[in-house]
Amino acid sequence: MSQLLSLDFWSLVGAVSGIYAVFALGLQLQFGYTGLLNFGHVASMAIGAYTMAILVVKAHVPLWGASLAAIGAGMLFGAALSLPTLRLRADYFAITTIAIGEIVRYFALNEQSLTGGPLGTSNLGGSTQVTEYNTDWLSFQSTVQGWLHDLVGHYAGTDFAMLVIVWVIVLLCLLVLTPMTRSPWGRVLRAIREDEDAAAALGKPVAWFKLQSLAIGAGFGAMAGLLYAFEFQFFSPDDFDPLITFYAWLIVLIAGAARLWAVPIGALIFGLIFSGTRFFNFKPFTYLDAAQLAYLRLMIIGAILIALMAWRPQGLFGKREEMVLE
Amino acid sequence: MTELLQLVVNGLVTGTIYALGAAGISLVFGPLRIVNFAQGDYLTFGAFAAALVNITWGRDMVLATLFALVATAALAVAIEFVLWRPMRRRGAKTMSLFITSIGLAFILRSSILFVAGNGERSYRVDVFQSYSIGGIRISEPQLISITVALTAIAATALLLARTSFGRAIRALADSVELASVAGVDVDRMVISIWILVGMLAGLCGVLAGLVQSSFDANLGFNLLLPLFAAVIVGGVGSPYGALLGGLALGQVQELSTWSGFFGGVNPIWKPLIAFSVLVAVLLWRPQGLLGRARTL
Repeated sequence: MSQLLSLDFWSLVGAVSGIYAVFALGLQLQFGYTGLLNFGHVASMAIGAYTMAILVVKAHVPLWGASLAAIGAGMLFGAALSLPTLRLRADYFAITTIAIGEIVRYFALNEQSLTGGPLGTSNLGGSTQVTEYNTDWLSFQSTVQGWLHDLVGHYAGTDFAMLVIVWVIVLLCLLVLTPMTRSPWGRVLRAIREDEDAAAALGKPVAWFKLQSLAIGAGFGAMAGLLYAFEFQFFSPDDFDPLITFYAWLIVLIAGAARLWAVPIGALIFGLIFSGTRFFNFKPFTYLDAAQLAYLRLMIIGAILIALMAWRPQGLFGKREEMVLE
Repeated sequence: MTELLQLVVNGLVTGTIYALGAAGISLVFGPLRIVNFAQGDYLTFGAFAAALVNITWGRDMVLATLFALVATAALAVAIEFVLWRPMRRRGAKTMSLFITSIGLAFILRSSILFVAGNGERSYRVDVFQSYSIGGIRISEPQLISITVALTAIAATALLLARTSFGRAIRALADSVELASVAGVDVDRMVISIWILVGMLAGLCGVLAGLVQSSFDANLGFNLLLPLFAAVIVGGVGSPYGALLGGLALGQVQELSTWSGFFGGVNPIWKPLIAFSVLVAVLLWRPQGLLGRARTL
């Protein structure tokens, strides 16, 4: 029970929720505003994380430069994704994006010389060399921890520092996205979501807007990948399972289409579900082992997806007029 | 030449399994408009139902397969009653049904894992017994799989083409309203479709488990994307197309490794072939190879 009171534990839960909030914001732009059913969003996360780690370890690029390049690579990927897929109908688009996500993961798994293969980033520089991509990050994190220490004293652990950094980034993302989505640009995206032909008839270059939405959304995905890499200090292709995409979907569907500020709330709900099963330490759950609790968690996530579709297809915080899934 | 023929045989093993699975997806999509993401987990369910009879209870494989067919059909019908029918009554459309099926996939897979664990299992069959015909090797499980699957494919195709049941399915796939007006009992037909789909899925899962030396609870999910690829290659909503798409995809996947084909694709990339075929077909002929343009 002591875990319930542990600040480090809740900092970790909060930081992971924040990372998923950034990830889901990308999907919110693509799906909630533009109506694109991207089921391969996890690929942008993988591309962000791998681009950064490879540049730092193999090309000795400074961390900040590598991170910017990673976000750029994510956006390029999003743009490239749009070229072959945008004329597809929604369900075909969804299936194709899952397939593309799996192509990216397979590539990371099998191009060992570039990505380290199934062993992940520990194998990035070959087996003879210890590889760490996050040395600069750790020193930045301890600087932040120092500042926080002056503010809140001994509560400021490393996990707490990460929590603060992640949520500052979430806030910045929201502050960037809010004016963007309220601008004429954002209104065109919503027009495309509602009726693509009508938007085209008004002279809007639909494909170009969809490309931008996919690229920017993937940029957020890549940023989430960076944060994920910094939080866990190691990753492998297994971390980019197609399941991760559906975590983001759960968050966006809880939040409701085109509800930016509800995304962090959705992410916190997801974080609670994800870590909450840890506290099932009363009967009958005491008969279950750790693996079974993980399966139970997946069951709960599946049940919530179905329940949302059955009773609140507009999301917990969404408005029916905004959008109901067709 | 021997190498090429060997690859064709290997492709037939994979392709017949794809064809069975893809036909199931297509039969559900046509009349019900469900892009069933949980279909892979129906296959896993079938494979594990057979494992229960064959491994845990120690009975022979024929009995295990029949049990898997019945159990998976029962599962499919049960899910129709508790999930799909109420969702349709609520007026759920294609995209929310798609997401519902994703939730269902998670529930099914985690339930299977919950009950059966994540260990690898192998049916009690002799995987080392193999035959050699003119230098082409085929193991006994592979031979059995091809024979059973081809029979099932032929039976399914005949059922669709020649019986009133098949005609009713095709009518429903065209328009549920028109079929209903013409006197088709839609609710009863839907149950019959799920029985057929469940049996196809159960058989597909068992055969997929049989030809692999071992399998786990991801068996069906790993097959899901190639199955979708086969459905799309054949043209969505056309069960014949799905059967042919599955067979074709199996061939393409194996033949791509032929050394006469620019040295051959490294076999580790084989799973990617299905995805690439999927993307390529969508770009070149979005309605599928046999599909009609108006269905898009």
